[in-house]
Amino acid sequence: MEKKMVPQDACLLGPWHEICYAVDEQGRYVLAPSAGWDPANTANLQAWEVIGEEIAAAVGRVAGGKTSPLDVHMARCQMDVSLLATYVGLARWRVRRHLRPAVFSRLKPALLARYADIFAVLPEMLGRIPDMAEIPVSLQRFEKDQSS
Amino acid sequence: MNPEFSHRQSAHCESGVTANLFRHQGIALSEAMVFGLGSGLFFGYLPMVRINALPLITFRNAPGGIFKRVTRRLGARVKTSRFRRQAKAMAALDRNLGKGIPTGLQTGVFWLPYFPPALRFHFNAHNLVVTGKEGEDYRISDPVLEETVLCPPQDLARARFAKGALAPRGRMFVLEGVSDHFDLPGAVRAAIRETCRGMVKTPVPFIGVKGIRLLARRLEQWPEKLGARKASLHLGHLIRMQEEIGTGGGGFRFIYAAFLQEVAELLGESRLQELSREMTAVGDRWRDFALLGARHIKGRGAEEISYPSLAGILRECADREEQLFRKLLLILA
Repeated sequence: MEKKMVPQDACLLGPWHEICYAVDEQGRYVLAPSAGWDPANTANLQAWEVIGEEIAAAVGRVAGGKTSPLDVHMARCQMDVSLLATYVGLARWRVRRHLRPAVFSRLKPALLARYADIFAVLPEMLGRIPDMAEIPVSLQRFEKDQSS
Repeated sequence: MNPEFSHRQSAHCESGVTANLFRHQGIALSEAMVFGLGSGLFFGYLPMVRINALPLITFRNAPGGIFKRVTRRLGARVKTSRFRRQAKAMAALDRNLGKGIPTGLQTGVFWLPYFPPALRFHFNAHNLVVTGKEGEDYRISDPVLEETVLCPPQDLARARFAKGALAPRGRMFVLEGVSDHFDLPGAVRAAIRETCRGMVKTPVPFIGVKGIRLLARRLEQWPEKLGARKASLHLGHLIRMQEEIGTGGGGFRFIYAAFLQEVAELLGESRLQELSREMTAVGDRWRDFALLGARHIKGRGAEEISYPSLAGILRECADREEQLFRKLLLILA
């Protein structure tokens, strides 16, 4: 890659720049800052789109009484049952059981506190569907691109 | 009192951390030199290992591998420790900082509050250096960021004990001392040979150029096997593994090309200049692959950008890299 070709497509990094290796006019390697690159942005936004869909699906399940609010927190933190089980230090079948609303409502405070600690929320907030169930990037640009 | 730790931004976290730690000990090595000395360049396609239900595709050697190889080849003394308990791990870090020792850590990125939010996934092989404490907070030299940052202790503890694939388990590493008498040309030769062997001489189909070809074959089958939607997700995952900050398959080719350029002067071997240019050209092809793949994901020009044509670019990369590394082996033989 030539130095003048180093992409400057700001999107994911916010104010930050990453370092790229590129060759200058003499063919020597130099370090060049890059604000980002569109193909990488596209792939990243695609990943976030999937996470967003999973959160929405989880919110739907919890609202419909099919699963406990842990489902939404799990999706929000990009976890599946096995990753959450490793974090909380329980067997997977127990975490799966805690995803049932009836079981969740009877959970002991100590266990709730462990879940709350992992999801970085207050224990009393754990039972509610969080408003913060949103992803940290805007997909607008991505969707506009897809429709164009 | 040790001198102030100088933070230098780099393209890749582990080579950046290693280079910064060496510079702190008075040995100036470029990031590219560290990346090459650590035999950082690699390719592995391991469909049996899953990350978020997607196959593991790596463009670099195992986490910790660069630091381990560079320190071994340059005869540096290191101390690496892992911990079971967060409290002990943080206390050990505090002891080091109290003595003024900049300490390298392996962390996950998901829990690092200063990290760009869009890049906070469960990726556990990130490296950074903690250089000191300001009040409760830790001063961190994260090599992929332009400046040092502060991080609250509870977040750093979480990041050190992130779970899942490649879990750091509190891994902490320190350069205790460096030797002044190391044989840099010899170390460089050994490092290049190891990279070449990994890329062209590995007998298993998942590694090196064989791995790239295996990936090309699988990629062609994705639309039939997985359906359009999942195939597109797999493609996006591949591009992220290749181009996202801190990984970067295309980017790693350029770092390696910079390394070959530096080595050409060090060893007085002009043929390496030529191979450096070829490495750059291959890196550009990897980027072409990402560019076309991303267009496919966006659904533009879906007809002319087919999976077989993308696989074709991968095969071209594999063929050119195979020739390149074989030539490199001959030059150093």
